Amino acid sequence: MQEIKPRAMRDVFIESLRVKMAEDELIFFLSADFGSPALDKLRELYPNRFLNVGIAEQNLINVATGLALEGFKVYAYAIAPFITMRCYEQIRVNLAVLSQIRPMCVNIIGVGAGFSYDMSGPTHHCLEDLSIMGTLPNVTVFSPSDYSSAERYVDETLKIGIRYLRFDAKPLHNIDAEEINVINGFRVVKEGSGSVILSTGFMTHKAVEYANALKTLDENIGVIDLFLPSNFNYDALEKVLDNYDTLISLEEGIGKAGGLDSKILHFLNSRKLIKSFTPLAMQGAYSFEIGSRDSLHEHFEMGLQNVIRVLKGHNG
Amino acid sequence: MTLSELLENKANEIRKETLLIHKRAIETRVASSLSPIEVFVALYYGGVLNYDPKTPLWEDRDRFVISKGHGSISMYPILADLGFFDKSELENVCKPGSFLGGIPDPIIPGYETINGSLGHGLGVASGMAVALSAKHSDSSVFVLVGDGELNEGSNWEAIMFAAHNRLDNLIVIVDENKVSMLDFTKNILDISPLAARFEAFGFECFSVEGHDVTSVQNILLSAKEAKNKKPKVVLAQTIKGKGVPFLESHPLSHILSLKPDEVDEIIRGLDARD
Repeated sequence: MQEIKPRAMRDVFIESLRVKMAEDELIFFLSADFGSPALDKLRELYPNRFLNVGIAEQNLINVATGLALEGFKVYAYAIAPFITMRCYEQIRVNLAVLSQIRPMCVNIIGVGAGFSYDMSGPTHHCLEDLSIMGTLPNVTVFSPSDYSSAERYVDETLKIGIRYLRFDAKPLHNIDAEEINVINGFRVVKEGSGSVILSTGFMTHKAVEYANALKTLDENIGVIDLFLPSNFNYDALEKVLDNYDTLISLEEGIGKAGGLDSKILHFLNSRKLIKSFTPLAMQGAYSFEIGSRDSLHEHFEMGLQNVIRVLKGHNG
Repeated sequence: MTLSELLENKANEIRKETLLIHKRAIETRVASSLSPIEVFVALYYGGVLNYDPKTPLWEDRDRFVISKGHGSISMYPILADLGFFDKSELENVCKPGSFLGGIPDPIIPGYETINGSLGHGLGVASGMAVALSAKHSDSSVFVLVGDGELNEGSNWEAIMFAAHNRLDNLIVIVDENKVSMLDFTKNILDISPLAARFEAFGFECFSVEGHDVTSVQNILLSAKEAKNKKPKVVLAQTIKGKGVPFLESHPLSHILSLKPDEVDEIIRGLDARD
């Protein structure tokens, strides 16, 4: 099998957007002093449609609003916890609320979803965004698991709407799966029987890893990648879940607090589906432990052993 | 009648209309809405703003962002008078089904943005100014903020941004009425001297007696015309609750309401001045 280098979602997305900028003069890119190799090229080519607003996320969102009200298709770019939580009220008031009256195209790009910046500690861990961004009316949350998904979403971001793009910071391999389809909001990465992991973002990679490891235990676990965790198609997912009676959700986010697990519970409840469901997410307090992403997963009981425990428990 | 007299008469008329709206809708912030009346009149009747009441989002209009939205109930009679909506709507402020609420929303023809939460307008206006410049538009962006509102740090992010990016199509108007919600601004978080602070950040600063409508008009026109790579700030020295002696020197004027008979008495006093 041909080895393809892992790539950062942001670089692939920005490269693709840069191509669009050649033909669409309404695309405007704002950064809160956050870069990437791909962005260096973009701002060199389009200095009149790129602005670094400085380390000022509140103003980043407000300036983005002003540009979008004037018809520009705006991309606001910064580190994920800062571009969501530092300026949450700006997003709520000027984007979620105002866009209901005055339609706009604004794409909030946050880099560093979940434990992406594993070594940087709790200020850089982004664990609340699925919940707080997903609760805003008129805002679509996009949580891709690989760079091809990020690239495929570029066309969507040129449409009227407010979107939060939750990118992982680490270069990642593409996942071997069908291309994303925004009508469904999820994709089947691996078909299984009996048990299935529903994951988003980076955790889809872990879900695949766990599913492969579990083959040795004669478990044929399915994996579903929920890349629109607040906007997936209930009919389509219900159909896919016919094959499974045990569901596990896997997310780098705070559990029982409005994130992926809560979205799935709402789905199960609204469809009156009776299935075993175990959410694996961060529980308890923040972590100051210096350690790898895998060690953080272990710390928060989201690792392979935890999945095995869930399956054993279910199987009696 | 000279233009100055016309503007003064209009300001007096709008002040009375604003008080009558408050009489019908006691939820409205009357003191905060009385201080910027001459600014509004100068902008809309003094030839400062380009606008089209029949096409509120006309591409070539000047943008006017009212960041201290709660204190702009006095815009309602102006927008009605100019034909943005029917005057009869003024009878329905804060009534179920009306689009005229206690805090103006962008569902009102003539309002550009969402208001009510402070510290947003200046940054949004800065984004508009960048956009208009990028589109090679001749339109200007005016934004009204309160002096108490300038305690919000997001304003200063925008002030740095506007000066750094040389947004000379941006004119900030500060309704410097010197009273916040619970006290005089100087007793809460003093931001004086405002002129020196704005100048230090790179703005061109104008100061004007905010209830002298002709002076306000002239200063706003000058600020709009000056294309010198600097954003402008007009510090309008105003009085919160202007026209209502009981409110004019009261540190809690922001949260005070007027009884119907008090409104009638004040209006009689204003009529006597006509």
